[in-house]
Amino acid sequence: MTANEKMPPRIFLRFFRWYCHPKLVNSIEGDLLEEYQVHRRTVGKMQADARFVMDVILLFRPGIIRPPQPSHKVNPIIMYKSYFTIAWRNLLRNGGYSFINIGGLAIGLTIVILNALWIWDEVSYNKYHENYERIAQVAETGYLEGKRFLRTSQTYSLGTELIENYHTHFKRVARTSWIVVPTIAAGEKKANTVGLYVDSSMPGMFTFEMIEGTRSALSKPQSIILSSSFAKSLFGYDDPVNKTVRINNTVDATVTGVYNDLPLNTKFSNIKFFGSWDLFLLQNPWIEKRALHDLRNHFIQIYLELHEANTFSEATSALAPALKFDPADADEAKKIQKRLALYPMRDWHLYPYARGELDRGPIVMVTLVGAIGLFILLLACINFMNLSTARSEKRRREVGIRKTIGSVRSQLIGQFFSESFLIVLFALIMALALTSLCLPAFNDLAGKDIALPWTSTAFWIACLTVTIVTSLLAGSYPALYLSSFNPITALKGNHRTGRLATLPRKVLVVVQFSISVILINCTAVIYQQIQFAKNRPVGYDRDGLLMIEKRTSDFYDKYDVLRAELKNSGVVEEVSESMGMVTEAMSGNNGWDWQGHDPNLEANFVTLAVSHTHGKTVNWDLLAGRDFSIDNPGDSSGIIINEAAAKFMGLENPIGERLTWKWWVDGRVLDYKILGVIKNPVMDSPYDSDQPAVFYLKGFNGTPNWIHIRIVPNVHIADALPLIENVFKKVIPSAPFDYKFADDEYARMFAYEERTGKLATVFTVLAIFISCLGLFGLASFVAEQRTKEIGIRKVLGATVMNVWRMLSKDFIILVLIACALSVPLAYYLMSQWLQNYSYRVDLSLWTFSLTCVVAILITICTVSFQAIKAGVANPVRSLRYD
Amino acid sequence: MRKYQLGEFEEIVMLTIAVLHKKAYGVAIKNEIQTRLSRKVSMGAMHSALVRLENKGFIQSTEGDSSEDRMGRPKKYYEVTAFGSKAIAHAKETRDSLWRSIPTVALKLKTR
Repeated sequence: MTANEKMPPRIFLRFFRWYCHPKLVNSIEGDLLEEYQVHRRTVGKMQADARFVMDVILLFRPGIIRPPQPSHKVNPIIMYKSYFTIAWRNLLRNGGYSFINIGGLAIGLTIVILNALWIWDEVSYNKYHENYERIAQVAETGYLEGKRFLRTSQTYSLGTELIENYHTHFKRVARTSWIVVPTIAAGEKKANTVGLYVDSSMPGMFTFEMIEGTRSALSKPQSIILSSSFAKSLFGYDDPVNKTVRINNTVDATVTGVYNDLPLNTKFSNIKFFGSWDLFLLQNPWIEKRALHDLRNHFIQIYLELHEANTFSEATSALAPALKFDPADADEAKKIQKRLALYPMRDWHLYPYARGELDRGPIVMVTLVGAIGLFILLLACINFMNLSTARSEKRRREVGIRKTIGSVRSQLIGQFFSESFLIVLFALIMALALTSLCLPAFNDLAGKDIALPWTSTAFWIACLTVTIVTSLLAGSYPALYLSSFNPITALKGNHRTGRLATLPRKVLVVVQFSISVILINCTAVIYQQIQFAKNRPVGYDRDGLLMIEKRTSDFYDKYDVLRAELKNSGVVEEVSESMGMVTEAMSGNNGWDWQGHDPNLEANFVTLAVSHTHGKTVNWDLLAGRDFSIDNPGDSSGIIINEAAAKFMGLENPIGERLTWKWWVDGRVLDYKILGVIKNPVMDSPYDSDQPAVFYLKGFNGTPNWIHIRIVPNVHIADALPLIENVFKKVIPSAPFDYKFADDEYARMFAYEERTGKLATVFTVLAIFISCLGLFGLASFVAEQRTKEIGIRKVLGATVMNVWRMLSKDFIILVLIACALSVPLAYYLMSQWLQNYSYRVDLSLWTFSLTCVVAILITICTVSFQAIKAGVANPVRSLRYD
Repeated sequence: MRKYQLGEFEEIVMLTIAVLHKKAYGVAIKNEIQTRLSRKVSMGAMHSALVRLENKGFIQSTEGDSSEDRMGRPKKYYEVTAFGSKAIAHAKETRDSLWRSIPTVALKLKTR
């Protein structure tokens, strides 16, 4: 009989061992077994088994069952303490590696924290408003060429209709004007300030924090509430309440309240005052004259706050009939399925509609920032894994001894995890310090106002979670790998490190460098694109060009005086008027017709009314024909077109051709003769393709609201400005001298891309830095491991060059593989990104080859330090051991 | 006296330990009770009685040798402590005094 056959049913024996008190288990088990054997001999296996089972069950009683806590006091704290002690000593003993590990992880975590804060800020946009979940903007939606569009501008009559006939379907409604920038004067002080005219429900609905006055402050006629910052700049420390301010030197308003500035991550953060609705009507008398029942003129915004019980879709269907169409538009509206929609507040920021179309930019950016944060953390984790496993040889003996003494695998895993936890904890502390240092620069870069939420529990929980996840992620591979050593081979010391042992490490290095190379490529292409757009011929001269908006009616009739005075000042070369800034496509119109016009071709041109001198002032590039001339009265029906318009119309020789414009308001037809063709001016985003544009003399459609001033070329702007200001003060004393530079305005169009570029650069540099840290550590480790081999090679005649090549080769091969993997991916990603721009750079393989060369050079530099150090070491020293 | 709290089965176990003197371990005690008293004893009942007695300080145990049947598990030998012997002596005495106090008629014991 073998021992196995003599055993009673295992499961019951195991059950008994599990429940029995540790002090009793041995002797009682002995008794049970003894009886069992006796029974086997006397009554047979079946009976013996049955009695055994019976005994085990009857033994399950108090006194024999183990107490819930182990009877002997094991203090696991001491064990954990020892883990941490060992970990701490390991950190100190290998200062260099620890620095690489902790530093790399700290940088990774900093990026993660910054990115998380940024994402949090994006996601919590507008949450300042307490009714966040229930506020929506009234919009029109439908399908244009298969694409959903959404427009938020509404007719005045829709607002009236909602208020009068549909008020039961929502709790509150607030109409707002378009954003206005009037001159607000309080006594002597005046400032141009961004504001809105709104219904009196606005402060309550959007839960403004009122410092002075109440949330119903706007219900008084001609009242205005100011943001605290604006109130301070206008009134200083005086109490602003009940003071009178003058708007645009035309209307008076009483200050009835002051509210806390809305935080930067709210939609209305840039609005510095809210005026009552009657002020809006007072300043725009045309509304009451002809817009009250107009179903075509969309110029107000309408916000609704729903009842708690209603969902957006319920409210949408209830409100749908409120949207009415002008008979002339009814067919078109039906065709594009135009209907009323509610655009919830939670979508305003992340799913914005620009010119009616959904702009995926913000949500893509949020995903991208999140992904990049994770990738950089991954890079840092890979460093950690590589260094720990690479150095595992040193811990091999420790693991062997621990296992021999009695550690089980799970305890070793626990030990290595506690080690990685300690490292990540250090890294987290460093990362928090780094984050608070970098935050101002980051805010600057990202255009945000983020603070570290030291007091928020959620923040600390998140930090702790990240720490635990990271230590599990970074520690998993070393923990599982190191704890798997067989104690006998580990202690014998002649371990085999075959090809397979280093394979995971190599894979990780390839992953790391692939990410880095992709990032380098993306950054390079982003900068190429920005540069490409910056080098685009602009078509006008933007240096020394000043632009001033005529904000108050005081400007009217003063232009000629102003122009004469300015030219007299000696610093101004030319002055002109135009409908919009030279850097923007202010308005567009259709209704154009010409000889040979294909009727199916919708002609929508950018239209701009200018004065005679505009061409000379902005210095546009005349390609053919002539500019407007003041001496030629016939020029009032002359028109100047750009190249794109000439191409669009398909005119070989456009000069002298006739062009008609049927005006949509009253059906009037205007006759124009083409005087000249200019080079395409960049009037909108420099990334868009050129739009056809026409310029005609002022006098019809559109007030020339902007004055352009060309400063004499060799006069310094700082010298010219005071003189120009003096002229303004003299001619129009009531208006503030508020000017813009054309080159600044132009540069602003690059702001978004430049910000993306800067962010990409930062991320790339950090990614490369982290990857190189890891590579540096690995290289130094390899060099250290092969010290003896190198010594012998040198004794046998190898040169420093030989050693260097031998050590570098392995890493360079890995980076080459990474390049081969990442270039196609980067190419794909960047060609997708470039699809967003119609004026875009061609992707050249040169860029990609160059980035690969850069990556390899960086690798060589990183590895060489260690390789050469190993190469020049005296072989006598390295061989003296043993 | 509360001090010598002793149940009937506990008393039997203690007496058996005393009988087996130096050879009293689990199986032996069990077998002894079963043969002498012709009553079934479960391992559970006996071991919990032993635990109780040891906790009360009436008996003490030492781990001893093993046997092939026990597959190396040690035997746990029990012996009655001085305190324990006082306890059974006390039990016997109380009973005896009770016996003595019974008027002969009350029980009408059949005498053989």
